[in-house]
Amino acid sequence: MSDLNEVQACLLVAALLFAIGVFGLLTRRNAVGILLSVELMANAVNINLIAFSRHFGGPTAQVFALFAIALTVAEVAVGLALVILISRTWRTIDADQAHDLSG
Amino acid sequence: MTTLEVVTLAVPSVVILTGALGTVLSKNLVHAVFWLALTLVSTAGLFVRLSAGFMAGAQVLLYAGGVITLMIFGVMLTTRIEGGPIRHDSRNVVRGAFIACAVAALLFLQILRAPLPTPASVPATSAADLGHAFLTDFILPFEALSVLLVAAMVGAIVLARKVDA
Repeated sequence: MSDLNEVQACLLVAALLFAIGVFGLLTRRNAVGILLSVELMANAVNINLIAFSRHFGGPTAQVFALFAIALTVAEVAVGLALVILISRTWRTIDADQAHDLSG
Repeated sequence: MTTLEVVTLAVPSVVILTGALGTVLSKNLVHAVFWLALTLVSTAGLFVRLSAGFMAGAQVLLYAGGVITLMIFGVMLTTRIEGGPIRHDSRNVVRGAFIACAVAALLFLQILRAPLPTPASVPATSAADLGHAFLTDFILPFEALSVLLVAAMVGAIVLARKVDA
């Protein structure tokens, strides 16, 4: 473990961050809380991309990370619009209560 | 790695993970959003440490600026519409923790086993390199992304606007 290089260290941090995001995704009741957890997981992916960009050089990994950030912002905008729509329709944003589509 | 390199890597990492734990464990959703802001800003610090300065700037502008503002609006709007206090508590904490630990263990195992080639001693990517890549090799995805952003914004407005009658 002593010869852990910085890329591996970043990958381990990102893995922990992703696992925390998974925990939040599974345990949050509130739809906005679920979106926050998805943000954590997307952030872990970006850390991985930047770590590899540091390791291998070249702009490709950073271009990927920029695309990922832009897509996440679009996802948050649409996701929050859906949450607002759900709260207006069902008067709740509890993810367990919005089950009209589940058979 | 020298001691300074270890410290500059460890400090943002610890702050990132603290903020992440606060995000998923906080009882108050507004507090959770601010914990997320801490995580995202310290991620920008980690990017600076990994010599990706432009990415750090984009991270602060887009995430800490855009996403956090949107999230705060989301929390406030849904609280007001519902009329009552929104539930912040969690469910299935034990099962969630078990699955999260399993995911972390799986990833750790693979990361520590994976053979990494020796790092290439290449110069850090500058903002100019990024711009050049965007307008040459990645021009088509770049244009597609702008169309997607417009579509997402229009879609968000259509979804969230109040429909009269």
